[in-house]
Amino acid sequence: MGSHPVGPAAGSGAAVDFTEVQQTEQFKELRKRHRSFVFPMAVFFLLWYFAYVLLADYAHEFMATPVLGNINVGIILGLLQFVSTFAITMWYVSYANRRLDPIAAELRHELEEAAPEAFIDPAGGTK
Amino acid sequence: MIAPSAAVRVPLQTTETTTVGSPLLNIAIFGLFVAITLVIVLRASRNNKTAADYYAAGRSFTGGQNGTAIAGDYLSAASFLGIVGAIAINGYDGFLYSIGFLVAWLVALLLVAELLRNTGKFTMADVLSFRLKQRPVRIAAAITTLAVCFFYLLAQMAGAGGLVSLLLGIDDRLGQSVVITVVGVLMIMYVLIGGMKGTTWVQIIKACLLIAGAFIMTVWVLALHNFNLSTLLGAAIETSGNAAITSPGLQYGVSATTRLDFLSLALALVLGTAALPHVLMRFYTVPTAKEARRSVVWAIWLIGAFYLFTLVLGYGASALIGADRIKAAPGGVNSAAPLLAYELGGSILLGLISAVAFATILAVVAGLTITAAASFAHDIYASVIRKGKVNPDGEVKVARRTVIVIGLLSIAGGIGAQGQNVAFLVALAFAVAASANLPTILYSLFWRKFNTQGAIWSMYGGLGSAILLIALSPVVSGGPTSMIKGADFSVFPLSNPGIVSIPLAFFLGWLGTILSRTKEDPMKQAEMEVRSLTGVGAEKATDH
Repeated sequence: MGSHPVGPAAGSGAAVDFTEVQQTEQFKELRKRHRSFVFPMAVFFLLWYFAYVLLADYAHEFMATPVLGNINVGIILGLLQFVSTFAITMWYVSYANRRLDPIAAELRHELEEAAPEAFIDPAGGTK
Repeated sequence: MIAPSAAVRVPLQTTETTTVGSPLLNIAIFGLFVAITLVIVLRASRNNKTAADYYAAGRSFTGGQNGTAIAGDYLSAASFLGIVGAIAINGYDGFLYSIGFLVAWLVALLLVAELLRNTGKFTMADVLSFRLKQRPVRIAAAITTLAVCFFYLLAQMAGAGGLVSLLLGIDDRLGQSVVITVVGVLMIMYVLIGGMKGTTWVQIIKACLLIAGAFIMTVWVLALHNFNLSTLLGAAIETSGNAAITSPGLQYGVSATTRLDFLSLALALVLGTAALPHVLMRFYTVPTAKEARRSVVWAIWLIGAFYLFTLVLGYGASALIGADRIKAAPGGVNSAAPLLAYELGGSILLGLISAVAFATILAVVAGLTITAAASFAHDIYASVIRKGKVNPDGEVKVARRTVIVIGLLSIAGGIGAQGQNVAFLVALAFAVAASANLPTILYSLFWRKFNTQGAIWSMYGGLGSAILLIALSPVVSGGPTSMIKGADFSVFPLSNPGIVSIPLAFFLGWLGTILSRTKEDPMKQAEMEVRSLTGVGAEKATDH
């Protein structure tokens, strides 16, 4: 193909009324599920991270409190940041697999079947 | 195994030591890495035909492969040598860096990776200009991309010079310049021949070597301390004679200014990662949003494990070698990891770890270069100068030429920046990314009313304020380690601008949007939102 679409936006859009799709109950549900998970989770981990940073920055004596041998509160809270990061990652993956992917796939197939020419690039790529 | 006879002639303890281990062995192992990766790059480049092949590796990588490559991109020499050294010398305060670097990935996982994969094609500007005015937004996004890449590149190239003095025993300026040039030319070859596919393979190999090397050293250090973290910490306290190394404050607790400085750094680290253009571009090398998610998950596990290793290695270096010997060694703080490798496994382990450190610089520089070249060719040349009227072959040709220009510029910059305080360049790259890119990325993905004026104000305001504040900070003038000696125009007391420039950029994005009279096309907004969440039209699986 000689033409070179600059982004996925170029050349499509006319065939599909996205504002209509945006108003469907199915899409609204997908958006709600996505945002009701990622926004609170983002707020939570940022608060927890900055609480930790402020403690490390301004509460040196508290962080130096020994817990187990030479391991102190600071080391434990630091390692807990690793644990919480891994846990949030796994939680999000399981949530996305169960609650987001099925509904997104359904919407995607509906759209692509309704207007295949708008989404599938004959040159082999996707638009 | 036969020990090489040239090794270990210089005892480690003497203060006149200019190098440890055998430079010849270090060069041989590094040469082997270059030879193997070049063969792989050549093989990978055989079917580089289209722009999608060159920039996005034909979107053919799996989540696991791409996640490993992301870890390779992210774990730069600054992470490996810098953090191990920082923990060895400053104890807990070094550990704080690694936590910021890791937690930052949650921003990418939750808010950016999948939505970006679904709405863009090759570059960050694709996403930012999706529903806004193409020309001004693309130009701004390309400028911030180039700025971040340039600062990051300069830090890596200058770091290569420092590493050389330690590992190869080349101390003079000319010798270091020659090595920087060799690194630069090798990098240009990788990117020219291999494109994104070749670069990705180099990252994957390097990430595996780096993580495996760190893992072996970690197990070794732990074995010497009965696999007990408390015993290791005790040994570190004993060698350093300072119980404070296991709790925060040694570096950043000195004064109210340093405390505020740390807060500023923490903000830049946690918000900068998800806006680094060379990391964002990696999400386009996978076929679907689900694979993009998988990439981040892999990256988080690998990067998290690696930073746990650096905790053990840092305290291990502190216990087995001691801060004084590390500081006295050529390369200073950065020499902690190589010295530890030598202490544990002699010349051979040192040679392996040194080669990995070199490979790290080479691979990261290659990843940055292809990002910068793609941004110039795709966003500025094809979209702005030629207004989209260019065929993909022409665009890739321009990208290849840009690679050569950027390679030469970074060689020159790296030679010029030798011996400079380079840590600030990396921190500046993160601060610029967090200020100039992140507000616009988040607003355009999640805020319906966001418009072109908001994007322009936020990007230029964030970029400008971050760079201006750095120029007026003690990093550039007025301090004992400043870049410009003998002058003092440091009006801004902090060495990291994030705490001012990041909130300012978010504010400007909001202000520019509400003050603008022009409304953006609601169709485009709807299209972007639907595409970003469903992945319609962006999933390779739908191809026939």
